[in-house]
Amino acid sequence: MLKSSVDRVAEATPRAIANRMHGLSDRALAWLFVGPSIVLLLAVNIFPLIWTIRLSFTNFRVNRPNAEVEFVGLKNYLNILSDRDIWLTMQATAHFLIWTIVLQVLIGFTLAYLINKKFRGNDLWTTIIVLPMMLSPAVVGNFWTFLYQPQIGLFNYAVGFLTGADPSSFSMIGDVSLAPWAIVIVDTWMWTPFVMLICLAGLRSIPGSIYEAAECDRASKWRQFWTITIPLVLPFLMLAVLFRGIENFKMFDLVVQLTGGGPGSITELTSINLKREAFEKWRTGYASAYAVILFVTVFGLASIYVKALNKVKQR
Amino acid sequence: MTFRHIRSLAAFGALLAAGVATTGQANAKDLTLCWAAWDPANALVELSKDFEAKSGVTMKFEFVPWPNFADRMLNELNSGGKLCDLMIGDSQWIGGAAENGQYVKLNDFFDKEGIKMSDFIPATVVGYAEWPKNSPNYWALPAFGDVVGWSYRKDWFARPELQAEFKEKYGRELAVPKTFGELKDIAQFFQKREIDGKTVYGAAIYTERGSEGITMGVMDVLYSFGFKYENPDKPYDLEGYVNSAEAVKGLEFYKELYDCCTPPGHSDAYMSEDIDAYKSGQVALHMNFAFTWPGIHADANVGGEKSGYFPNPAGPDGAAYAQLGGQGISVVSSSEKQEDALAYIKWFAQPEIQQKWWEMGGYSALLKVVEDPKFATSQPYAQTFLDSMAIVQDFWAEPAYASLLQAAQKRFHDYVVAGQGSAKDALDGLAKDWTQVFDDEGKY
Repeated sequence: MLKSSVDRVAEATPRAIANRMHGLSDRALAWLFVGPSIVLLLAVNIFPLIWTIRLSFTNFRVNRPNAEVEFVGLKNYLNILSDRDIWLTMQATAHFLIWTIVLQVLIGFTLAYLINKKFRGNDLWTTIIVLPMMLSPAVVGNFWTFLYQPQIGLFNYAVGFLTGADPSSFSMIGDVSLAPWAIVIVDTWMWTPFVMLICLAGLRSIPGSIYEAAECDRASKWRQFWTITIPLVLPFLMLAVLFRGIENFKMFDLVVQLTGGGPGSITELTSINLKREAFEKWRTGYASAYAVILFVTVFGLASIYVKALNKVKQR
Repeated sequence: MTFRHIRSLAAFGALLAAGVATTGQANAKDLTLCWAAWDPANALVELSKDFEAKSGVTMKFEFVPWPNFADRMLNELNSGGKLCDLMIGDSQWIGGAAENGQYVKLNDFFDKEGIKMSDFIPATVVGYAEWPKNSPNYWALPAFGDVVGWSYRKDWFARPELQAEFKEKYGRELAVPKTFGELKDIAQFFQKREIDGKTVYGAAIYTERGSEGITMGVMDVLYSFGFKYENPDKPYDLEGYVNSAEAVKGLEFYKELYDCCTPPGHSDAYMSEDIDAYKSGQVALHMNFAFTWPGIHADANVGGEKSGYFPNPAGPDGAAYAQLGGQGISVVSSSEKQEDALAYIKWFAQPEIQQKWWEMGGYSALLKVVEDPKFATSQPYAQTFLDSMAIVQDFWAEPAYASLLQAAQKRFHDYVVAGQGSAKDALDGLAKDWTQVFDDEGKY
């Protein structure tokens, strides 16, 4: 009689271990394996979250270990939601989020569409295009401050060369009207390749037979694009938007390196503002409430979005 | 578990214990000093070799660049970390560090070792060592005297053709400015001027947003224009003092100076950006802390006779003040090596070590050093340092200083660099922010 794989594993198990395991049910074994992960998750994710929620109802300051911690109810939440400056940082974040996603999706999809065509040097171009996303955001932020430098910056020189304007007559990161666009440009430069790669995966997953069938039905290229390519790539595109949306909602390093939130507070995104409250002003309770609000916002929006994504996939 | 297992475990435990003991012994004669990463820190490393030789204690150093210094070190203090045994912390931290028990109180130690605070420059004792201010409670030894002042291109000022043109335009000599009004004239005169085939600019001033830069710059002007932190007769009464008409004029002046006379893209500049602008020959005038002056003097491009130094000029009513910089050295409460750390402070306080400190580029705050008749002429910037130290004022050193500083950073940058609202709006807003902070602190 042939032995099952389970029997073979059982026979191969050393007697000492087998004795110790004797009597453990499958369920117990499953818990034994999953347990450490759950304990780790509880320790590093769930417990800090619950602790943050608890702190958000207090006036706790981490730099005042001897001060009495008072329960302040919803005061922190009400103060945050009625603070004009925080709404301005929300606006700055929304501007950054919307424009980076729009540009990255448009450019990323276009690049993926072009790269998907067979041509000489295809692989080389793909490698060159994805290089920016392999760099550290801190490094990217730093070298773009040089590119944006009015006197020696390559960006200003290029704009001056193309438009005839004096390169030192404008400062991308020092001008109130240009700085929000300066951070959008850099993030788009860095992360468009990521969107491109996801779109490329989507495009390459479309079976060629669908296009062949469409050809037989004499569908034009334009119609094939709108009725085959876009609908089949859409779930991938939506996934890319989700990833970039979540990432850019918590954008910190790149913008801190580029503008430090300035000029004034024009590019002070919520994550920068939150960091200032938590680790510069040391208003721990207040910052905890702020973090909870941001968490609920991202979680809520992401949940709605994921539901929409699932609907698109089911179509 | 078999006997063999127990024996293996015991052997492993013994090895581990031996390792821990060895590590403990190795660390027993180490001391870690935390400070900002800048030129004076390198000089201190050299200076400390004398302490190492005499005490047998190995010195370790943790230096953090200025923009991250406060973040990193305040995190360390707040978390009760054991990284630093000695901290050369910023003057404004003293209130929080004292009230939260992060620094060791040094009164008994000073009494025991005969270290007298009256031996140090009074402004540095108040600024770096005392909390509450103007009370004999000492939490640090003045370690590095520093103050904001100016360096300028002496060689450009001396050019006959520029002197003639300046005199024709302004009716006076092109010389070190006596008032901020004169300083702006000079900066405007040099703005976008061609010198030796290169376009140069008026002044490099502080405009940094992220840490404390723009506040350190703006306050220099505000003090001299008549700004007061509070009602002298009623502490924490800010309305009408922080946002007085004189203070508004001072803030307007700083914005005018920024708009008219700084190099392009000078919207986020602090110590290092300003020194870069000056050393690269871009600007005629350079606002910075005195610690930069030894480096300027030694610089191949702008050093020696090419540069001169002057303290903050006066405001419209003749009053001149300067923003205090510098730090005191403290023993961190959570350190387990407090005795060695105190021994370091005792060594550092000695007059001969302080003299050596000055010679190596550290600004000693010891009166015996700075009042030496040879001091004023020992370096071209020494007299300017003394003159500047005589007119210092400092930012709030309250435990809530970080919140007070961040409010100032935002209000000043919003107005000066981003051009939002008026100077009156900015200072009214600042008075409101600061009042709120003190209200939260239970000061009213």
